Amino acid sequence: MTPANPAMRRFGTIGQPVSRLDGPLKVAGAARFAAEVRPERLAYAAIVPAAVAKGHVIAIDAADARATRGVIAIMTHENAPRMGRPPRFIEDPDGTAFDSSPVMQDNRVRWNGQAVAVVIAENQDIAEHAASLVRVSYSPEAAKLSFQALLLSARRPASILGQPTEVNAGGDAEQALASARFTVDEIYTTPRYNHNAIELHALTAVWEAEDRLTLHDSTQMLALTVSTLARVLDLPKDHIRVLSPFVGGGFGGKGFFSHTLLAIAAAKLAGRPVRLVLSREGVFRLIGGRANSRQRVALGARSDGTLTALIHTGATGVMTGTIFPEQFTFPARHLYAADSLHLDQAIVELDIPANIAMRAPGESIGSFALESALDELAAKLDLDPVELRRRNEPQKDPTDGRAFSTRNIVEAYRRGAERFGWSNRNPAPGTQRDGEWSIGQGVATAYYPYYRFPGSAARIRITADGRAVVQAAAHEMGMGTATVQSQHAAQLLGLPLDRVTFEYGDTALPPSALAGGSTQTASIAGAVIAAHERLVEELLRLAGNDSPLAGAGPKEVETRNGGLFRKGDQEIGESYETILRRAGRDHAECEAVGTPPAEMMNYSMLSLGAQFCEVRVNDITGEVRVARWLGSFDTGRILNPKTAASQFRGGIIMGIGMALTEETLFDERSGRIMNPSLAEYHLPVHLDVPQIDVIWTDIPDPQSPAGVHGIGEIGITGCAGAIANAIYNATGTRIRELPITPDKVLAFTSQPYGQSRPLSS
Amino acid sequence: MHFAINGRSYDVELDIRTSLLDLLRDRLGLTGTKKGCDQGACGACTVLVHGERILSCLALAVQYQRREIMTIEGLGTPNALHPLQQGFIAHDGFQCGYCTPGQILSAVGLARELQNGVPSAVTANLTDDAVEVTADEVRERMSGNLCRCGAHNGIVEAVLEYLREPPETGAAR
Repeated sequence: MTPANPAMRRFGTIGQPVSRLDGPLKVAGAARFAAEVRPERLAYAAIVPAAVAKGHVIAIDAADARATRGVIAIMTHENAPRMGRPPRFIEDPDGTAFDSSPVMQDNRVRWNGQAVAVVIAENQDIAEHAASLVRVSYSPEAAKLSFQALLLSARRPASILGQPTEVNAGGDAEQALASARFTVDEIYTTPRYNHNAIELHALTAVWEAEDRLTLHDSTQMLALTVSTLARVLDLPKDHIRVLSPFVGGGFGGKGFFSHTLLAIAAAKLAGRPVRLVLSREGVFRLIGGRANSRQRVALGARSDGTLTALIHTGATGVMTGTIFPEQFTFPARHLYAADSLHLDQAIVELDIPANIAMRAPGESIGSFALESALDELAAKLDLDPVELRRRNEPQKDPTDGRAFSTRNIVEAYRRGAERFGWSNRNPAPGTQRDGEWSIGQGVATAYYPYYRFPGSAARIRITADGRAVVQAAAHEMGMGTATVQSQHAAQLLGLPLDRVTFEYGDTALPPSALAGGSTQTASIAGAVIAAHERLVEELLRLAGNDSPLAGAGPKEVETRNGGLFRKGDQEIGESYETILRRAGRDHAECEAVGTPPAEMMNYSMLSLGAQFCEVRVNDITGEVRVARWLGSFDTGRILNPKTAASQFRGGIIMGIGMALTEETLFDERSGRIMNPSLAEYHLPVHLDVPQIDVIWTDIPDPQSPAGVHGIGEIGITGCAGAIANAIYNATGTRIRELPITPDKVLAFTSQPYGQSRPLSS
Repeated sequence: MHFAINGRSYDVELDIRTSLLDLLRDRLGLTGTKKGCDQGACGACTVLVHGERILSCLALAVQYQRREIMTIEGLGTPNALHPLQQGFIAHDGFQCGYCTPGQILSAVGLARELQNGVPSAVTANLTDDAVEVTADEVRERMSGNLCRCGAHNGIVEAVLEYLREPPETGAAR
């Protein structure tokens, strides 16, 4: 089925640019997404969103909707099946909800856009039309909507993803700042953003029996969806099966939100399978995005650039009672060797949709502020910004003193600078011009933590025809999961790639951690390694006394060349087929859970990178075009350069959008998102995206399974900083407020046409 | 109503409000055509009508009766891929694969536009009969097809390769 893919026949494809194994299905439109399964008697749902930000529903007039031909049922808080509160992510090991509010269980309105009714009909058009006929009356209450006005009431959350909220190291940072020779002390702001995966959130919910549920869900959290639903619906976990073989983009946004429960409840109420596909507007209304932030970064330095003080504080705007503060101070915890550190973050609680993880939550916006400030300091010191970072390179983790498992950022900078041609840059702002365009180059550090989640399991089955099937309830939303895990398993087993199949995307398979935190590759690889160890023992046992391997222990053998062989001896061993056939077995199978991620306790583990870019800023329109990009990464071993490059590029392109065009506009009077559409929320389009060059050190991390680090999120970090820094180099204008739209550029740089002048800072 | 899709004819009873996209996806099971916004902003629903690309979410099915409609299912199958589909795989011109059918059909339509000498906003010389195939020409003409995974580089490479080295059918220039 796959077209000629030379790597398929090869042993040991780790590090090879293998084309995606699911490519033929995807390019032929034959990959089946959650809204594309079609059970018998399928009904369709549409949502009625609340029109006030806070208050109570006092009446719902659904008479016209109900009278519409083809309407099956209308669900409101009055008739929705009873469901418990969803347990919360991080806080509860079973939980995956960011917002634990009950869903359609009472008449309270918690944000503008929350679902207040669901229409279930024979087709989507009827459902949507009837939803428009539902009239809802509210008793509104005063809502907390203005981040700026409520900043003074910001409070400090108990922890930031389990880490201390406040970090102080090396003495009083404010005092060190006050007495520093060179200082930067600025405020940086970032707006709300939404993920906007192109696939709309979709579910097809099928109650197979009164107490058995099958859910086709577009999710990056399979196992946690089951454990959360088991609690909410009061069902045994094994009565719930969630399938998600393909996810049309996630970025943190595809998971368990109110729409999950609405689809399940609607199917229960209608007594039929129900498909719920959110409209694009519905995605904005129901699924939160990245929280806005206001950050202060203050740096104190000696004249040689070494930092005496690093202060990073600020606040984000989150939904009242939720738990996701956006860890924008995390980069500053690990990147630079400052004499003193003061890092602290607060939240402003608002009546808005719960913000949720969006590609490098916290790190993306935090790195914008921190890396902009470093650039400002470099300008004040008249020091090259790459050199400034080198001079502040720490020998051990600046926050907790642990050793780094691996850290080659200086090398990544060196190679990146060389390839980008950094030395050709004129550090004086506003000096490079091309007609009405000002040109500049900027640089920033990319940072994302290494995580590996515990509890991921995998199963390996070797069959007597010399093939292997590897199974884990993992997720594929474009990262190349199936391809890379097949490569890893094939390498471990000593089989050609076309003899290994990776099965995933179904909770009937061994449970796997969520696809989040850039953890999936390492988590599953760890589980496959554990299952492989068990398999070796099992094969040795099956080989028995008639085998040339008789008497060898598991540590004395290895799998290679399609079988089990004595270590260090090319000859002694036999194929999987031989072992299984002699034992009278058609297969051997082992399942295991990966070892606990002790490496995270013992070492400071970071993924790092250097982002270099060149921008062109138009004097007349204020338009910023990204002309060139180079990302140079230090992220452990790269398993597949082709899919890895795409992951890095994808992050960088989302970073370009974050820096220049994207913003979720919010009306502080009504609490309503004003641009819930891809026509008004501007993702980067083809013409906005230059050729993006990516390179990596490819130095394996000795502490992580297979030497890998996750790379799904690091690409977006540092991007907005690099762009803002390049704009400064081009124009002399420092813009500390994202997105950097033409109005902001023009406000600082506008000038009468034809009078191009060097711009002052 | 009668439809001609991928060389096959279909007779369906249809609510006249139904979009061509919903006809394809929900009524005919041709789910290779994707819905990303249902308002003409993302390009995921791109199909070809007499070789021209249109957004099927903004098209009422009733208006497209008896016209030659091509969806991704008509371009190639996993076992017999069109050269452009193979190029998307070779250049990794997709990640999640959701916008991909729309990108590919858009590029097929683009090739024909270039062949017909249709200029774009970035075409340098509007008086030339032929349009020069450049990366920016492809970027401009593909900008109606959004990709959130960020596969833009691979898409442009795949499309450029297809335009510059057309298979025997002969495409651009």
